[in-house]
Amino acid sequence: MSAHELKSGPLEYRTQEGQMSILGFWIFLAAEIVLFSTLFATYAVLFGRTADAPAPGELFEIETVLIMTFLLLISSFTCGIAVHNMRKGAVKAFITWMVITLLLGLGFLGFEIYEFVHYAHEGATLQSAAYWSAFFTLAGTHGLHVTLGIGWATMILIQVAKRGFTPMTSRKGFIISLYWHFLDVVWIFIFTSVYLIGMVV
Amino acid sequence: MKHKQQHWRRWLALLPLSLVFLLSGCSELTVLDPKGPVGQSQKDLIVFSLWFMLGIVVVVFALFTFMVIKYRNRPGRDDKDYDPDLHGNTAIEIVWTVIPLIIVIILSVPTVTTLFDLEKPPEGSQDKEPLVIYATSADWKWFFSYPEQGIETVNYLHIPTDRAIEFRLSSADSMAALWIPRLGGQKYNMAGMENTLYLEADEPGVYDGRNSNFNGEGFTEQTFKVHAESENAFKEWVEKTKKEAPKLTQKKYNELLDPGLSKKLTFSNTHLAWVDHGTNQDRDYAIELHRDAYQELLHLDNERKDDKEHE
Amino acid sequence: MKLDEFFVTGEPLIYAGMVSIVLVSSAVIFLLTYFKRWGWLWREWLTTVDHKKIGIMYILSALAMLFRGGMDALMMRVQLAFPDMNFLNAQHYDEIFTTHGTVMIIFMAMPFLIGLMNIIVPLQIGARDFAFPFVNALSFWSFFFGAMLFNISFVIGGSPDAGWTSYTPLAGAAMSPGPGQNFYLMGLQLSGIGTLATGINLMVTILKMRAPGMKMFQMPIFTWSTLVTCFIIVFAFPILTVALALMTIDRIFGAQFFTLTGEGLPMMWANLFWMWGHPEVYIVILPAFGIFSEVIATFARKRLFGYNAMVWSMILIAGLSFLVWVHHFFTMGAGAFVNSVFSVSTMLIAVPTGVKIFNWLATLYKSKIEFTTPMMWALAFIPSFVIGGVTGVMLGMAAADYQFHNSYFLIAHFHYVLIAGTVFACFAGLEYWYPKMFGHKLNERFGKLSFWLFVIGFHVTFFPQYFVGLDGMPRRVFTIIPEWMPLNVISTVGAFGMGLGFAVFCYNIYYSYRNSKREETGDSWNGRTLEWATPTPVPFYNFATVPHVDKYDAFLAMKEKGETTYDEDKLEPIHMPSYTGKPIIMMAILAFASFALVFEWITLAVIGLIGTLIMMVIRSFDYDEGYHVEVEEIKRIERKARRL
Ligand code: HEM
Ligand SMILES: [Cu+2]
Repeated sequence: MSAHELKSGPLEYRTQEGQMSILGFWIFLAAEIVLFSTLFATYAVLFGRTADAPAPGELFEIETVLIMTFLLLISSFTCGIAVHNMRKGAVKAFITWMVITLLLGLGFLGFEIYEFVHYAHEGATLQSAAYWSAFFTLAGTHGLHVTLGIGWATMILIQVAKRGFTPMTSRKGFIISLYWHFLDVVWIFIFTSVYLIGMVV
Repeated sequence: MKHKQQHWRRWLALLPLSLVFLLSGCSELTVLDPKGPVGQSQKDLIVFSLWFMLGIVVVVFALFTFMVIKYRNRPGRDDKDYDPDLHGNTAIEIVWTVIPLIIVIILSVPTVTTLFDLEKPPEGSQDKEPLVIYATSADWKWFFSYPEQGIETVNYLHIPTDRAIEFRLSSADSMAALWIPRLGGQKYNMAGMENTLYLEADEPGVYDGRNSNFNGEGFTEQTFKVHAESENAFKEWVEKTKKEAPKLTQKKYNELLDPGLSKKLTFSNTHLAWVDHGTNQDRDYAIELHRDAYQELLHLDNERKDDKEHE
Repeated sequence: MKLDEFFVTGEPLIYAGMVSIVLVSSAVIFLLTYFKRWGWLWREWLTTVDHKKIGIMYILSALAMLFRGGMDALMMRVQLAFPDMNFLNAQHYDEIFTTHGTVMIIFMAMPFLIGLMNIIVPLQIGARDFAFPFVNALSFWSFFFGAMLFNISFVIGGSPDAGWTSYTPLAGAAMSPGPGQNFYLMGLQLSGIGTLATGINLMVTILKMRAPGMKMFQMPIFTWSTLVTCFIIVFAFPILTVALALMTIDRIFGAQFFTLTGEGLPMMWANLFWMWGHPEVYIVILPAFGIFSEVIATFARKRLFGYNAMVWSMILIAGLSFLVWVHHFFTMGAGAFVNSVFSVSTMLIAVPTGVKIFNWLATLYKSKIEFTTPMMWALAFIPSFVIGGVTGVMLGMAAADYQFHNSYFLIAHFHYVLIAGTVFACFAGLEYWYPKMFGHKLNERFGKLSFWLFVIGFHVTFFPQYFVGLDGMPRRVFTIIPEWMPLNVISTVGAFGMGLGFAVFCYNIYYSYRNSKREETGDSWNGRTLEWATPTPVPFYNFATVPHVDKYDAFLAMKEKGETTYDEDKLEPIHMPSYTGKPIIMMAILAFASFALVFEWITLAVIGLIGTLIMMVIRSFDYDEGYHVEVEEIKRIERKARRL
């Protein structure tokens, strides 16, 4: 593993460790895709099995969900800008854009919590029926990922602030950006196949 | 060394002999000695496949024995037939890919046709309407309801011979599987769903039936006897039962659903009047009634089986 | 919770278990203290990130699990020998077959193979360690604590008793109250994390860290089998993660995924379980295929026949393994069409498997077979596995499976593939690579004795089970009827033969440690692949100089050219990762959280989870970049190892 550093190309790809970590993370994302696919599949199978609980169409509110979607979409965009700044070596800009990203993420979480509490008030909880178990688990798993992502990104921001961009910190920065985009993609699927379909059917 | 080998050969000679014994014994094994058309079709399929499997086994074993004996490294073996770089031969590789493929195709055809046949009443008795029996599993007993006759039995079954039986399988609680090996293969009993299983006996007799899908402590004892008898004898039994057997009340039925073993029982009505566990709306009927009962152990062991009173 | 609910009471066998646990652990503690070995244990083993040491720890744990699972098996066989046996009651029997199955597949077969992969794969591809050594240690400890958590259940809280398949609704909160089933869920979940991480880790290692020049189609076949296995792991294990999580949420937080209430769907568990479960059986068989290929080529003194076909058939098997899961419940009533489709896909798997069998036979053709113990295992595998394979095809014929399903015919099938495949391979691999790991071979005489006992015992145990299955004996019954007795007695006798074989095997480890000649070269068997190019014992950095590879069977080529992995002119300082205690601490805390969840002590579980998160934060701020081994140091080590 002797560190033969490349002299050009993105910083995070210059060491073999960097390349390996990023490849490893891609494979991890593949596993995450399987994980979410399984959750989507259980959701689809349990669709309509609401027993005595309200149907999703009665509860879903398009406004909240649209706001959440926009927050997360924009955060993906700002995350992209942050990485762009990382490539330029602009530590301050990177941190600023990442902080904006995380704030948008927090906003998303806030709405999600509000939404869950609201449903619970209307009689739809994790326990009330198979459908709602699947719904809360699917959306909740995504929400949990976002939460962990925010915590993790915060760690990385601190490290970048302390150390500037090194092959190590920029690798971490790049990886968290991959993660964030991934969560955004998952949300798009939740938005369409859970909320839009749930509202129509 | 030489001595040892002869020793070997002698034992080897015993092998075909034991095979003969095994095969003659096989014809008495339950699954290979079916008493009805469904089991017969499955046995035919098994025997059909067995020939191919034996063929494959013989070929592989022969090749294996040949290689191991011929190419072992023995003292004084020369290098004439040693070729350490031999590592491929497209023709032969194609052969041993294609032949198994062909075998799979040959096996698939009867598998698929039998599968479709099993979803219908057996052919020979299609002139008669199948007898409908609801077979409901409840931890750890069997309820057999005859809706047309208006009777219900627990842990035993009477069926007419030469007439298809249409089992409607469901369960009050855990998943079970109705299996009467002499008559044919099994299917699952699940709460909130109904499976249909066709079986038929063409020889009178008493056959073993059971739940074959593990479902908890009492599983081993969730068995029943099938009495296959002529149409007339069956009718007599029905009449007698209707006259003599007590009525099943919902209260009594609910008690019976309590997890545990049960004796054989007979009633002159069916529980279908108030609950059909095979429907979605009745799927949690037993669970809601007996939630706490599952915490109790039966303490079932080989000395405490008698509660059930087998005969 | 009262103490007598916490500890399992009232079973003499379990009291005996408790006593032996206490005795063994106090003996270990005493010995470690007496010989002042605590520091050594911590510095050299518990904190290691060296793939070879981690591999050894995997294998030791797996052997312990084989012992535990084997004891379970013997107890079951005793109970089943005679119709009126009253050795185990129904409940105890249920617990034992559940833990037996789970332990053997999850905590024995997989860790054993992963242990061998750990040690051998980096050596075979000319790497100095895993891509992520820290993660590798994490994986091991997650497996280790998962296994401990699962195993502790029989003295604390009670064992799970719903089968290794844990079908719902039986395994749900309503019908299986109490902590037993939670042990299953948390134990598997914890160790599953490690398996997934190992899958990713090995995949990156193989893709990115091969010796210069080594192309994918020049990799040793065991490495190929590992790579393919890792693909299966990455795509199958998340399904298990989700399935376990859903059942956990059901049981602990009252959700309705697999319940009968609230319109849950119990059969969804069976689907999820087997969508993971069938690939899982290939996770434990493909590496076995890889091991046999290596062993057969080595001791046939001949190049492996049909290398490309071998690789492609593994890839095909891996792909197909995701498309057959329904064959585990043909009897669910999904209809003739669905069953037909899965019937055909199932039987198709036999084709690439058959190709592999013929390739092994062709490798023997015009070879020069040396009957070493590893080779004996590999040879015994071929005919035995064929029996398992053809009966697999019979089970795959759905219409016939209605009769085989849930019977001892099925039991015989999967033991024929799992024991003749995986377990034989574990023994073959361990004995084959033993000199590389420990610097001396295992004794051949005891090796052969244990081989014959085990193999004959195996056939005597399981061959009759095909017939008793056809005679209508269902699996998982705790007692038999008189008609089934003769065949069951034979089975039980055979099982003790296997037990004896294993005992001899273990004794052989001790005997050889005392008596075997120490290895002087690294090339104990006149090997063909790079692991044999390293000296024995292998220096912690594996390769002083990494060879340039341009051929299959790289070490054979090197030997022809007179090259070694020690070229004084090309030495450079070697970068190595530092040892660290973080993996074991992190996983211990997570294990604590899991233990708390088993008993549904939510506050403690949350505390444990927070502790784990804190450990992750600490790790994130850890910038230890390892250290360099200087050239002088390398020279010193190599000269000593190579006796220059
Ligand atoms: C020739 C290839 C194979 C075929 C066609 C095949 C087919 C089948 C089928 C159809 C079943 C389900 C039977 C039933 O439940 O009624 C089954 C069960 C099983 N097979 Fe195989 N199999 C093959 C190879 C393997 C291998 C290589 C392994 C593992 C090393 C394996 C392990 C198992 C296990 C563990 C079960 C039963 C699990 C349980 O129900 O507890 N099989 N096999
Ligand atoms: Cu399978």
